Amino acid sequence: MSFDVDVALRRGEAAIVCRIESGDGLTVLFGPSGAGKTSVLNMVAGLLTPDIGHVRVGGEALFDAAAGLDLLPERRRAGYVFQEPRLFPHQRVRANLLYGWRVGEGAVDVDETVGLLGLAGLLDRWPRSLSGGEARRVAIGRAILSNPRFLLLDEPLSSLDRARREEIMALIERLRDELALPILMVTHDRGEAERLGSRIVEI
Amino acid sequence: MLTPEEWGIVALSLKVGGVAVLASLPLAFGLAWLLARARFPGKVLLDALVHLPLVVPPVVTGWLLLLAFAPAGPIGGWLQNWFGVSVLFRWTGAAVASAVMALPLLVRAIRLSLEAVDERLEQAARTLGAGRWRTFRTITLPLSLPGVIAGVVLGFARALGEFGATITFVSNVPGETQTLPLAIYAALQTPGGEALVLRLAGASVLLSLVALIVSEVIARRAGRGLHVL
Repeated sequence: MSFDVDVALRRGEAAIVCRIESGDGLTVLFGPSGAGKTSVLNMVAGLLTPDIGHVRVGGEALFDAAAGLDLLPERRRAGYVFQEPRLFPHQRVRANLLYGWRVGEGAVDVDETVGLLGLAGLLDRWPRSLSGGEARRVAIGRAILSNPRFLLLDEPLSSLDRARREEIMALIERLRDELALPILMVTHDRGEAERLGSRIVEI
Repeated sequence: MLTPEEWGIVALSLKVGGVAVLASLPLAFGLAWLLARARFPGKVLLDALVHLPLVVPPVVTGWLLLLAFAPAGPIGGWLQNWFGVSVLFRWTGAAVASAVMALPLLVRAIRLSLEAVDERLEQAARTLGAGRWRTFRTITLPLSLPGVIAGVVLGFARALGEFGATITFVSNVPGETQTLPLAIYAALQTPGGEALVLRLAGASVLLSLVALIVSEVIARRAGRGLHVL
């Protein structure tokens, strides 16, 4: 099982409850805005601590309230593509891409990833000079190059024009098929969810 | 323009101000970080204490420093016992007084620049495998650096102008604790010292103006998101 998530978190009046048990491929977390989809991704990435429950990915426990286990975000090896690109503004694209790059076993090939994402012409640019679609591609590349064990994609197609959406959607399909990483993707668009998801979880 | 003796006064002022700001920078950064990021009981009190030298009469600050650094005082006794040194009537004492007076400005500037660093970028760094220290070193520090530099320059300008706390704490010793403002004060007390006052005051205004302009330019560049280094 790739994602085995069962978490609950109270935030004031609202409560976020989510249960995901998914097989290989791409799992879509689908639901209206404000349902707490991003919070679920943050809990999987270790940026937010659930009150109760557990998070396991690919059989490895990342969080388990009962066992008192809570891995730090930097130990979880999540390839997290946030809703905003969150590129480091003081580093060029190349440095952004290599920020989390790990040498060693199973390391992702830099040139291959740059080619796959079409980033070769952007390497010496500053993040502020990138268009929305370019910035998103860099953010995806940065996440992949950190040699993650799984990918978290938060609304990767939002705020892009039609052509860019198609481009990023095709890219996600390639990642799903070629990298063989478990992917958890958040969206509120049913069309996207049905096209990309091997499995859809509603929240 | 200035006689060697007067250049000595300017040099002493620069030394006192520079040492004061650089030596208090780590403390200021730590305090700013606590105030910007940490949650703890007594935070409001700490904030108020840091800002106290900004509003308390400088002569009171100087007197409190005198009590603390006197040979029998809590800090003075410790310095005497462990290192056999005293800052009283020494330029180091003038630097201590300037540091205390400049601290609020330093902390304020650094705190604002730390608060302006987007914590979402730090989160991104963490998910990319960077621990807390690497995240601080590669993300938080470089992004807050323009504000830190602007604060340092502003604090330095403040330290150059320090008068009340310094003269109360370490007195007005020519060549040792007599910085520009103290020298101007002494010249004013001396019959026929007007020409000296004029030259020293000119030097003082010029130094302060340069420091303020540098601070403002850096702050503006930071505001536009440019890189200063």
